[in-house]
Amino acid sequence: MSTTATPKGAAGLRAKDAKPVSAKGGGLAGWVDDRTGAAKPLSYLLKKVFPDHWSFMLGEIAMFSLVILLLTGTFLTFWFVPSAGEVIYNGSYVPLKGIAMSEAFRSTVDISFDVRGGLIMRQIHHWAALMFTVSITVHMFRVFFTGAFRKPREINWVIGTVLSLLAINEGFTGYSLPDDLLSGTGLRAAEGFMQSVPVVGSYLAYAIFGGAFPGEAIIPRLYTTHVLLLPAIIVGLFTAHIVLVAVHKHTQYPGPGKTNDNVVGYPMMPVYMAKAGGFFFIVFGITTLMAALVTINPIWLYGPYDPSPVTAGSQPDWYMGFADGALRMFPGFFEFTVFGFTLSLNVFIPSLVVMPLLYGIAGAYPFIESWVTGDKREHHLLDRPRNAPARTGLGVMAISFYLILFFAAGDDLMAIKLGLSVNDILRAFQILLIVVPPLAYWVTKRICLSLQRRDRDLALHGRETGRLVRTAEGKFFEVHQPLPEHELWALVQHESGKPLQLTATVDANGVRRPGAFKERLRGKVSSFYFADSVDPVTPAELAAAHHDGAAHEAIEAPQEDAGQWVGQLHGGADERPETDAYAPHEHQHDHDHEVDPDPTTAR
Amino acid sequence: MNALASRRRHPAAILLLLFLGLVATGGLYSFLAPKPAHAATATADDVNAGKMLFLANCATCHGLNAEGSSGVPSLAGVGAAAVDFQVGTGRMPLAGPGVQAAASKKIKFTDAQIASLAAYVASLGPGPAIPDDQYTKGDGNIAHGNELFKVNCAMCHNFAGSGGALTRGKYAPSLRNVTGTHIYEALVSGPQSMPVFNDANLSPTDKNDIISYLHELDKNKNPGGMSLGNLGPVSEGMFIWIFGLGLMIGAAVWLGAKAA
Repeated sequence: MSTTATPKGAAGLRAKDAKPVSAKGGGLAGWVDDRTGAAKPLSYLLKKVFPDHWSFMLGEIAMFSLVILLLTGTFLTFWFVPSAGEVIYNGSYVPLKGIAMSEAFRSTVDISFDVRGGLIMRQIHHWAALMFTVSITVHMFRVFFTGAFRKPREINWVIGTVLSLLAINEGFTGYSLPDDLLSGTGLRAAEGFMQSVPVVGSYLAYAIFGGAFPGEAIIPRLYTTHVLLLPAIIVGLFTAHIVLVAVHKHTQYPGPGKTNDNVVGYPMMPVYMAKAGGFFFIVFGITTLMAALVTINPIWLYGPYDPSPVTAGSQPDWYMGFADGALRMFPGFFEFTVFGFTLSLNVFIPSLVVMPLLYGIAGAYPFIESWVTGDKREHHLLDRPRNAPARTGLGVMAISFYLILFFAAGDDLMAIKLGLSVNDILRAFQILLIVVPPLAYWVTKRICLSLQRRDRDLALHGRETGRLVRTAEGKFFEVHQPLPEHELWALVQHESGKPLQLTATVDANGVRRPGAFKERLRGKVSSFYFADSVDPVTPAELAAAHHDGAAHEAIEAPQEDAGQWVGQLHGGADERPETDAYAPHEHQHDHDHEVDPDPTTAR
Repeated sequence: MNALASRRRHPAAILLLLFLGLVATGGLYSFLAPKPAHAATATADDVNAGKMLFLANCATCHGLNAEGSSGVPSLAGVGAAAVDFQVGTGRMPLAGPGVQAAASKKIKFTDAQIASLAAYVASLGPGPAIPDDQYTKGDGNIAHGNELFKVNCAMCHNFAGSGGALTRGKYAPSLRNVTGTHIYEALVSGPQSMPVFNDANLSPTDKNDIISYLHELDKNKNPGGMSLGNLGPVSEGMFIWIFGLGLMIGAAVWLGAKAA
């Protein structure tokens, strides 16, 4: 952020705009504008100002991965045959020669070995899919921990949550398409999940698979879902996501000159054209590099799907790992027999309830928080995570819960790589799943509060320089360096929440008021959020800390020789209360009287 | 001599001296170190010599007549194949109690000694013999072996023979770079948790096909690039989170810090 640039804002940039191109406007641009009227909105867009921070580019990684997915996916459709029809392989990969397989699998092997550039396209597509889901996840973390989901962005948060859910399901349909051993095993598991739905399970599975497993219908159906239905919804929602970002304007981190009513940054053209455009090529380059160097999903090794074999280490791609882990951990005794019907809650809950539940809670969070805080204002300035200790704690708690589910999906590989018993690992994960999240909440919140206190300390007393000074009277001080104002601003600008005050639960006549329970609950949750909040330093406190207005001189006026240590003397007798035996001498607290250590002895 | 003396304070002199000292010590050690003593010589390739070896090395656990005891199997009827596999891969003599005997690079016996031991154990009762070379060369039908491997072996040993976990700390070991003879012997003798695949189940030719497929995997062709251990999506997920995301964030930080 350049501090020398004159702040003019987007409106200022637009002030110098040329008047709209008239009908006589020259050249191709004028011709197009006359027929579409595109010049005005386009120039508006090009002058849109975006703030600069690396964490704002995490969402861009997802956007660019989506573009890569669309490009490479289109390439793959030219050769992929979405059919379960049985054929005998006779291509160039010897270990599969003469083996019966589906057309879908044969065409995928052909793309890998007999289509020029096919293998790298497949690998780019798959790595980009993993990158897409990874970047969505970390983008979500960024938005959550900085409070960027607050009004007016709640709808966009919900859209993002839905996008994330669609992305992992789009990934799963793609994972299932090649009809290799792993994807077939995944489909078999999915069929089991559907069957576990109480009452309608078997009908549901028959409807989706078009009969008994595996049948011939599922691959064409998955194909349509994967290349048409889900991508269309994802692209549509993504467009809405981006349009809303433009409508709301981008959020920014707090800093001097950054307010709720402006956006400090650079315009789209030319700065972000270059930065984001360049970043697209970087993302594409990194994805291609990974695809060129590292195998992903070696379907030729898995072999064609056949319902009888299954391979050790059958896992879904990472983004479905949490559901797999939940399934592995969920106790088996949740299976009941009711009136002669089996109720497989041990499968139904972890496979079909956990995912919508987790995403549902995530999607609902902005509304929960705004209900608790009662805050109806718009927020365009981001929170530093430490300044929202309860939210940050809850976020880390959710992540720890998710991570334990996720790691449990790899329990067998941990067992073999670490030489442990898979049973013990699973049991340990079951315990950790209950113990760790509350602990993670508590630890995170305490760390946030400590960091806030440190910020307070830093704002009030400045940085410890480690330089000791002895005054003429023989007092010792450590010289504290006051923070530069632009650094100070970031430490004091926020507001800390306060727990809501309980109103009376009974009315004037001592009768229970309607809605009192709701209010009590709200008060409880509110004090859970804010009971131990740390207030930011107020200007008055700051002034007091800098000794009765002398601070102004220390910060703003050039320091005179005699007042060399004004506003910097902390941690010594200077700050002792009057009753203290080592309290400073009276004259030092006289108004307008400068602390006057002899400069020569001070050195 | 003068030239040498003038260089004695060269910075590399101390390194050279250290190196020479280490080579000398190591060389002397390899000559003078006490060799492990064996109870019998390897020259006799008959049952008696095997029995002597057995009494000296195996009887502590398996019993004087190889009758076994609680937790230790009897060796009557396990056949020469089991001995050649267990001793030949370093699994026996057992290094220590554990859930499962692990393969070891340190083979305690010479080939001749193993043959004597096998001859002795084979004399205790009829069991699978050491296979004929023609079925262990791995010159069979790779594709058929692939199919058989996926149906019979992949559920424990993983699709690429990388190994997998079993219950309570037991595991199916990696099948990479295992000799054809040992694979065949494991199939017919069913070591540890492994089931026996007899000739009615998988014919000797089928076994040879499986060996052929595994040897094909050993060539490590990896057309897609680095294999990440052929462990499936878990290692891919680790890679994308650590390297993929790491590179992306590195690039984002670099771009974010870049002046406009």
